[in-house]
Amino acid sequence: MPVSDVELLKPDRPVGIVGYGAYVPRYRLPASEVDRIWMGGQGGTPVKEKSVPGPDEDVVTMSIEAARNALARAGHVDTRHIRAVWVGSESHPYAVKPTSTIVAEAIGVTPYTQAADWEFACKAATEALQAAIGFTGSGMARYVLAIGMDTAQARPGDALEYTASAGGAAYLVGPAEEALAVFEASLSYVTDTPDFWRRAYQRYPSHGGRFTGEPAYFKHITGAAHGLLEALGRKPSDYAYAVFHQPNVKFPQTVAKGLGFTPEQIKPGLLANEIGNTYAGSSLIGLAAVLDLARPGERIFLGSYGSGAGSDAISLYVTDAILERQQRALATRDYIARRVPIDYATYVRFTRKLRT
Amino acid sequence: MRDVAIIGVGQTAVGEHWDVSLRHLALQAVQAGMADAGVTRADALYVGNMLSGELAGQEHLGALIADFAGLRGIEAFKVEAACGSGAAALRMGYVTVAGGLADVVVVVGVEKMTDASSADATMALALAADGDYEAAQGVSFVAINALLMRRYMYEHGYSHQDFAAFAVNAHRNAQHNPHAMFHYPVTAEQFARAPMVCDPVNLLDSSPICDGAAVVVLAPAEVARTLSPAPVRIAASAVGTDTLAVHDRRDLLVLEGAIVSTHRAYKQAGIGPQDVDLFELHDAFSIMAALSLEAAGFATRGQGLRLALEGEIGIEGRVPVATMGGLKARGHPAGATGVYQAVEVVQQLRGLAGANQVPGARIGVAQNIGGSGATVVTHVLERMVDW
Repeated sequence: MPVSDVELLKPDRPVGIVGYGAYVPRYRLPASEVDRIWMGGQGGTPVKEKSVPGPDEDVVTMSIEAARNALARAGHVDTRHIRAVWVGSESHPYAVKPTSTIVAEAIGVTPYTQAADWEFACKAATEALQAAIGFTGSGMARYVLAIGMDTAQARPGDALEYTASAGGAAYLVGPAEEALAVFEASLSYVTDTPDFWRRAYQRYPSHGGRFTGEPAYFKHITGAAHGLLEALGRKPSDYAYAVFHQPNVKFPQTVAKGLGFTPEQIKPGLLANEIGNTYAGSSLIGLAAVLDLARPGERIFLGSYGSGAGSDAISLYVTDAILERQQRALATRDYIARRVPIDYATYVRFTRKLRT
Repeated sequence: MRDVAIIGVGQTAVGEHWDVSLRHLALQAVQAGMADAGVTRADALYVGNMLSGELAGQEHLGALIADFAGLRGIEAFKVEAACGSGAAALRMGYVTVAGGLADVVVVVGVEKMTDASSADATMALALAADGDYEAAQGVSFVAINALLMRRYMYEHGYSHQDFAAFAVNAHRNAQHNPHAMFHYPVTAEQFARAPMVCDPVNLLDSSPICDGAAVVVLAPAEVARTLSPAPVRIAASAVGTDTLAVHDRRDLLVLEGAIVSTHRAYKQAGIGPQDVDLFELHDAFSIMAALSLEAAGFATRGQGLRLALEGEIGIEGRVPVATMGGLKARGHPAGATGVYQAVEVVQQLRGLAGANQVPGARIGVAQNIGGSGATVVTHVLERMVDW
């Protein structure tokens, strides 16, 4: 099907982001530590450091932190009108029992609400975000909370261990007239591409090495982004910012360049060098960092990526409401600056790598 | 015995063919080769392949590829001799045509390695070593080559950096080969900084894991001129063998299988090393290039590397090697490599090697090695027409 015939995903009535909030744990493992342990200090490092969850943190606690920030930014939202709490993650603490019910309970949304956990590798949460647009855009719900959060797993010594990190963001989606940023349209691009996976009962994911690049990450993000830009009749220069899924620093830089976005457009949302790859939280925490400094009238382009594989491209424009809301909660950068470096041994302890 | 000629060649680009299956990769090369030869039918198809069972979950390649190539019904089977499978299949085709058992034979070398993880590919390649005494002990191919390289440096007084000349030459030549995997030059400085794989073998000592398929089409030399404007005669085809395990060899640094194979080939062709215009050797690791140069009579023991250091392996040198990039930079799709080598020698002898053309090339030798030297297949190819 030619791109020109592809219909964009647009709701019946305009909706947008009413509140947003980020969360990043305070601990940081420098990539040089992984290099020291596994490569004798002789290897390269794809990022400077990554965030590590504290021993008492998981996707539930971190989602609650981000959700509270989102609600704080939204202001006086009647939580009874939040009709769904959706959490996208690769690290749900339970295999069976939702993360989202605990989060919903903690923020006072229960009992008359939907609650579900989403899974699509690193794009589980942008998928939830699109569903939230549909839920609210159809009039079924006034507000929906969509969260992307992870405490990402990586096998000790694997290339992923340098980057697999913890963090994410929460988004309260609601009517455009209350929104700080309005969704214009989105488009998803999905194929059966096995580049990265984790089977049931496995602790760590497997991946296809170089296969995770060109036929996976680049093909899908480019496919979704090209389709959305073309159908909207837009060019990259129409956007003030672009945010892409960031498994490392190089991939988002390369995909942005290929699409025609400049380094200046992606810099504010490119956090991987400082916090690593927060998997399902990755593109959404990048978006949160951009919203922290966006100005009314600016456009933002979001391109997520999930292995297996797919990408959601989403176009937003920022409203006047942004300026006041930015100040109502801690900024993403505040969390990034709150930094306690740890060594590899502490990382092993915090993330329970040792089985006794 | 009849004289045998190569009347057509074909090849796919070497690389990561994630979107093409093994059978389609082979088909692409077969179609290209048969189109180049101007034939639409063949009497037999021989498939050179090492790892399809391990890495692609598919054996029985002869009938499979014959069917897919529209040749259903003809004689077809796979020939396996580890990384020497491609040239072994070519030898099979040669024997068949020379013996008068077939007139037109298609030889395809095909390998698909990059769908597997590099760990699985490394395990699969280790099947070419001695299973009980090498592979089962955890000795991979790169480890075997590391042992040989270390010994070579120790006995002959070279530094590791001296081996840079092979990678620099291969990458320089591959830049002009559209079918090569790597199209960038490397410098001696980059070689010095390359990540270590298995001390002392570094990344730029090593040929890449990759996919590819190549084809040569054979016919009796007496009719070759009527079928092809630029046929190339197979002046010799020979195989030599040695122990699978390196520790069973009399001298670690002498490839006796290669000496035997080359000697037989030279004798059949009635030539010596001084008559060879280019030598497509088996540079799976740079140490193999040095040892091959010595075994094939271009240098005495310990002097193979000296040839490279003195610039004698370049296109204009005394013994041009890896003229289209070699295993190092064109790529080493294991069981297909021997056919790629033959295709490239044909390109040289046809005068169609472009920027890499060896001036006036008349006789080219392709030498394909299985394992660490246990199977060595040598073909001497000779120009039949002037250009």
